[in-house]
Amino acid sequence: MKAAVIRFPGSNCDQDCYHVLKNDFGLETEYVWHKEASVEQFDLILLPGGFSYGDYLRCGAIARFSPVMRSVTAETARGKLIIGICNGFQILCEARLLPGALIRNNSLHFVCEFIEARLENMETAFTHSEVTKSDGTLLTARTGLLLRLPVAHGEGNYRADPDTLRELNRNNQIVLRYSDSRGALTGDANPNGSTENIAGITNRAGNVFGLMPHPERACDPLLGSEDGKLIFQSAIESVMKKGRSSGPIGKRN
Amino acid sequence: MNSDPAITPELIAKHGITPDEYERILSILGRTPNFTELGIFSVMWSEHCSYKNSKPELRKFPTTGPGVLVKAGEENAGVIDIGDGWAIAFKMESHNHPSAIEPFQGAATGVGGIIRDIFTMGARPVFSLNSLRFGPISGNGSRQEAILHNRRLFSGVVAGIAHYGNCIGIPTIGGEIYFDESYEGNPLVNVFCLGVLRHEEIARGGAVGVGNPVFYVGAETGRDGLAGAAFASRDLTEESKQDRPAVQVGDPFREKLLLEACLELLASGAVAGIQDMGAAGLTCSTCETASRAGTGVEIDLEKVPKREPGMTPYEIMLSESQERMLIIVTKGKEQPVRDIFEKWDLPYAEVGVVNDDGMMRVRVGPQIVAEIPAQKLADDAPIYSREATPRPAPQALGPLPETDPLEALPTLLAHPTIASKNWVYRQYDHMVRAGTCVLPGSDAAVFLVREANKILAATSDCNAIYCSLDPREGARVAVAEAARNLACSGARPLAVTDNLNFGNPYKPENFWQLRECVEGLAEACREFNTPVTGGNVSLYNQNPAGAIDPTPTVGMVGIIDHPNHITTQAFKKAGDAILLLGDIGHELGGSHYAKVIHGRKAGIPPRLDFAKEKALHETLRSLIRMGFVRSAHDCSEGGVAVALTECCISSDEPLGAEIDLSAFESVPADVLLFNESQSRVIITVRRENAAAALALAQWRGIPARRIGFVGGQQLRIKSGSREWPWLLKDLREKWWNSIRGWMEET
Repeated sequence: MKAAVIRFPGSNCDQDCYHVLKNDFGLETEYVWHKEASVEQFDLILLPGGFSYGDYLRCGAIARFSPVMRSVTAETARGKLIIGICNGFQILCEARLLPGALIRNNSLHFVCEFIEARLENMETAFTHSEVTKSDGTLLTARTGLLLRLPVAHGEGNYRADPDTLRELNRNNQIVLRYSDSRGALTGDANPNGSTENIAGITNRAGNVFGLMPHPERACDPLLGSEDGKLIFQSAIESVMKKGRSSGPIGKRN
Repeated sequence: MNSDPAITPELIAKHGITPDEYERILSILGRTPNFTELGIFSVMWSEHCSYKNSKPELRKFPTTGPGVLVKAGEENAGVIDIGDGWAIAFKMESHNHPSAIEPFQGAATGVGGIIRDIFTMGARPVFSLNSLRFGPISGNGSRQEAILHNRRLFSGVVAGIAHYGNCIGIPTIGGEIYFDESYEGNPLVNVFCLGVLRHEEIARGGAVGVGNPVFYVGAETGRDGLAGAAFASRDLTEESKQDRPAVQVGDPFREKLLLEACLELLASGAVAGIQDMGAAGLTCSTCETASRAGTGVEIDLEKVPKREPGMTPYEIMLSESQERMLIIVTKGKEQPVRDIFEKWDLPYAEVGVVNDDGMMRVRVGPQIVAEIPAQKLADDAPIYSREATPRPAPQALGPLPETDPLEALPTLLAHPTIASKNWVYRQYDHMVRAGTCVLPGSDAAVFLVREANKILAATSDCNAIYCSLDPREGARVAVAEAARNLACSGARPLAVTDNLNFGNPYKPENFWQLRECVEGLAEACREFNTPVTGGNVSLYNQNPAGAIDPTPTVGMVGIIDHPNHITTQAFKKAGDAILLLGDIGHELGGSHYAKVIHGRKAGIPPRLDFAKEKALHETLRSLIRMGFVRSAHDCSEGGVAVALTECCISSDEPLGAEIDLSAFESVPADVLLFNESQSRVIITVRRENAAAALALAQWRGIPARRIGFVGGQQLRIKSGSREWPWLLKDLREKWWNSIRGWMEET
């Protein structure tokens, strides 16, 4: 299987994501420049964080017009797994591959810190696996599991209209919510004022995942957390499973 | 073209050029300079570019050592070997004057400038630090207006650093912030950046190869930042606000593209020389590259990408528009330049050529608008040895009125200089590049440089109160404290960059402070075996009340040999034994206790004993290597009491401590708790290792004693019949929320 890390002008977590996929998980991983026409040959497509186009106009608003996004949209329709982290999440919302929008943090300040993200749905393609941490302990996906992950954003305040929110809840599309260390969804635990403490969602089909926290910064005990591995491991297992059940991915439909 | 003003004595004076300097210009040129040339000389011979008042002092620094690959002054930044074919380039630079009148852009472009200095060396920037100083932000009453202004400067500078650093994706992982009256109206913004590269990737800033084309790449030239270097070399006054056009405007997105494009281009092998356009922009980059290579450079201003029409040669040459580079391309390899800059959607233009006549020649089409011998312009600025008048030696502090430590400690913890800086570092992306091993707020920042598989530690330090009372001793302490912070983090120091912030050098007292500090730094750097790899001098830091406290900021970088050696200040586990390495100390002169509690910036600051200090660091490192040390924290501002508190409350899960200082029953409470004597570190070890650790320290000649154990919900210090208990949650509340409280006060 092959993974793509898309580089927009202004992406700045591209190298971190590439490193994790390539070196921590041993995946064949390539950078894809935003002017490329196609991502068809990839099984897992990652939109990294950063400030694509300097966040001019609105976060992600210009990047969605990059040539590569047409292909990302097409591959989404074909069921490929897409992960958008931080600015990648913002781009996916702007591109309407995910519902809702991310607006300015309610504090009006950029916020960078470790947060706890409560796992709300342990059956998605991105959050169902088990990983072994460096100290030998297991991290197993289950509803209510708290993941310790960094956030770093100025505009991570998730908003959607009431119908969309109802839909998201009804279909279990809300995957991560900011919580305190006991799993309570408090205002204090919410770093940006996000509606219902939402930190990450999937699309209805479940193959597109957008999240504000940075799992790629939490894959090494030296950095204070390995919880991010759960997300990448799940995505990789999902791709492999699909590959077995329906032939080479991308050849379906 | 010739609407240029005539060269009159007034015009010359307005450019900050003295009559003597003008004579020198006449003899270099053999004729009267035109307006453009006068402007070029004025910026190149400003203090900021020429170091004309500080050069003889800077020569006193040790600059060589086995690990030094590029020496101070040779290029844009020094380069140090870190092993396995890897090297680091790092430097600190000030943006004080711009930040005083336009804090957001002033600080942002300071970050942009230092980052360019690093990637100009061929290094990928991996992290930043900053050392910031402002007037007081706490309190109110009659000084309300000044305090509100200080808060605006502080929040503007922090937002500017966040804006630039976060967008470009280089983590800001540490530094220091002080608040003191002496910086009112003249804040200090010293920014540090470090990059990593292979030895063979070191890029040079010489215009080598006669006939090689000269490319201009990056943002278009505009009218912003006109003569900023000259502006930075004057006193700040009430009228300085009118100099706002001398402050540049930064675009971190452009710089991110420029950074990636330049690193890609350097890897392509097409580059013969590269130089960023920082202070004095196009002027500095052309004459310095020519001077370094002993060649000449000729450029045509018609070809320079411009933001607006109608710019004069004077404006183009003196513009300090940001995010621009000058690249000397190996002839025949022009195509990769075009391809790469088109890929990154960045402007570029072939603007000139390297020649062999040693001249910096500037044309507009066929017409020559400036023609100056490059080497004389770049390196022949007059050098002055200024008059130095010693200030009176500091007097002993004398007795202080008695205070209740129960109240003094929380008051100290809430002082913005000592309080937690979380309000600041939460606004910085301090985790991008996925290498931050120690979050901001411990003794030193620790970063895993993944490409090289090396763990680096870095810190910036300077207690300017000490420097104002005794500049030489204060400078020595600044280096020692930096080295101590690295030792507490488990690192061995490698090298130093410094940022010398002083007042107007024409005032003999100010110049004396500069000289004393430089000599103190130089001596200490020799002692710790840390060569100075470069830095920056910022003079004319004055406000209407006088000069700032002398502030020779020290940025020190070290290496940690093994991940297990990474050590932080927070207590780790209840039951651990708390040991004090070093004496209990006695010096209150220059202390924050005297300043904050008694309003006195006075006394004889703590004395440094190099032998003792070095032995302490060696001992600490060896205890860390043996796996004994669970936490380590040095005692600095606020003494043992503040250090112990920080150990208790600086992690997410505070842990109390029971401390017994009964051995010092006869020492007055304020001296015991708050003295700032040097060469002291608080460590914790497992209870069963305490005896061994103490024996090892004592065997190495380091006074060491067990002073208590970790545990409980309070910090309780006992000394004979005296006992002071504080609830952790009260202390943490004061310390954690103080700055936010003042900044979000409505």
